[in-house]
Amino acid sequence: MPKAKITFQDIGVTVTVPAGTRLIEVSEKVGAGITYGCREGECCTCLTKIISGGENLAPPSILEDQVLKDNMAPRNHRLACQAQVIGGDIVVKPA
Amino acid sequence: MAAVALTDHAVEIAPGVHWVGALDPHLRSFDIILKTANGTSYNSYVVRGENGVAVIDTVKENFSDDFFRRLESVARYEEITTIVLNHLEPDHSGALPELLKRAPQARVYLSSRAQMMLKALLKPSGEKPPEYTPVTTGDEVDLGGRTLRFLHTPYLHWPDTQCTYLVEDGLLFTGDIFGCHFCDNRLFNDTVGDFRFSFEYYYAHIMRPFREYVLDAIALIDPLEINLIAPAHGPVLRHKPRDYVHRYRELATPRLFNEARSEKTLVVFYLSAYGNTRRMAEALAAGAESLGGVRVSLYDLEGGEADIFTDLVEEADGLAFGSPTINADAVKPIWDLLSSLTTVNIKGKLGAAFGSYGWSGEAVRLIEDRLRGLKLRVPVEGLRIKLVPDAGELEACWLLGEQLARHLTGQVEHREIEFSQLQAITA
Repeated sequence: MPKAKITFQDIGVTVTVPAGTRLIEVSEKVGAGITYGCREGECCTCLTKIISGGENLAPPSILEDQVLKDNMAPRNHRLACQAQVIGGDIVVKPA
Repeated sequence: MAAVALTDHAVEIAPGVHWVGALDPHLRSFDIILKTANGTSYNSYVVRGENGVAVIDTVKENFSDDFFRRLESVARYEEITTIVLNHLEPDHSGALPELLKRAPQARVYLSSRAQMMLKALLKPSGEKPPEYTPVTTGDEVDLGGRTLRFLHTPYLHWPDTQCTYLVEDGLLFTGDIFGCHFCDNRLFNDTVGDFRFSFEYYYAHIMRPFREYVLDAIALIDPLEINLIAPAHGPVLRHKPRDYVHRYRELATPRLFNEARSEKTLVVFYLSAYGNTRRMAEALAAGAESLGGVRVSLYDLEGGEADIFTDLVEEADGLAFGSPTINADAVKPIWDLLSSLTTVNIKGKLGAAFGSYGWSGEAVRLIEDRLRGLKLRVPVEGLRIKLVPDAGELEACWLLGEQLARHLTGQVEHREIEFSQLQAITA
């Protein structure tokens, strides 16, 4: 199975995960500072800065895109409860 | 509330500006979390310009009749060009669907974050959302000789909140900030009964978790000339309105300098029936202090009240909770404290749990789950120790403290782990 590496910069941890994993599945278990609210892509609590490797995340859905726009999210930011890794290296930190 | 009943008419708060809200004197608790000994009010306002009329906020739905009666006493529906929504919580937007039906030509002005809420609020009516314009700081609406200027003041106390300034008159419509649950039909701060307790109580329970946003809002409000503050609950502040802004600044700023903030701070709360969890707490504290740069404080929860500890929690960088397991759960004082923290901002603080147990030791995992639920980060796995900790186990507590100190001071060594390993640890 293809793998990806997610680095949580705020706590200095890199986790090797199967492709298709969402950030939410890893960040809480590893104790990163990304915090969650609704967990359904609505509230924008889990806004996360993608430091590098944004191209290694699946593109945002229409819903995620709309929520990012509504909340005036800067570029290179995603919702951790929605963003899915597809391979390669990704470095993230709480927004 | 004063014995004399308020009339059904609007109350003029400035030339061409009227209060058209509603009084709810029999409410005894608001949103479940606030006591309201004499009820509350839902304040709505009407501003008349040469070219149009603006309605600023509405009222709770079951007070719609009062609102419309007062509104009709100062304006015709076809005159309403503008509806401003400073805050969309149902106690201020309850009459909105009906107002939109009666004044369909009006354009709604609201913050960007309020758009999704507007759509969600109008769902049951089946009506398509009205024409609306998302606004931010500096955006204006011209009513003809009168200008409404918006201030983006989010998280006071919802993401959508904003303030609206009537430029020519120096009137500030603030939504929930500077408000309070106090019902008095004399309406103005210089004519109602003593409401200061309610003003402070409201801040403590509604605004305190957002104190950084309070200070951001004050920075926007400070340069304005203010003749009157018109909040969405409680008295209209026409006498010395700026005093209320100053008081908010005081409330949002710790009054004494926190000397402990020269270092990172770790507060360790524990309870211990036989001294075992206490020994763990002491070893953890020693480990955290060994690294330098972290000031550790230990508190036995049996010796204090949750309210007092809440102040410590608000200021601390890291929090460790030690609890024995009794009947498969953490003990009640821990839950009392962990259920009292909604009045302070704890998002992103470092959290950890530990505890001694006799049979099964569920407390530590349950506390960790709660800490994550409260949006703390819990990067270091907690420690469960069966009954009496031996020297090696106390060493593990010491190392847990040292690890927490590393996280607090940014000295964590980079780790690489496999997802499967992570799942096994946390299963």
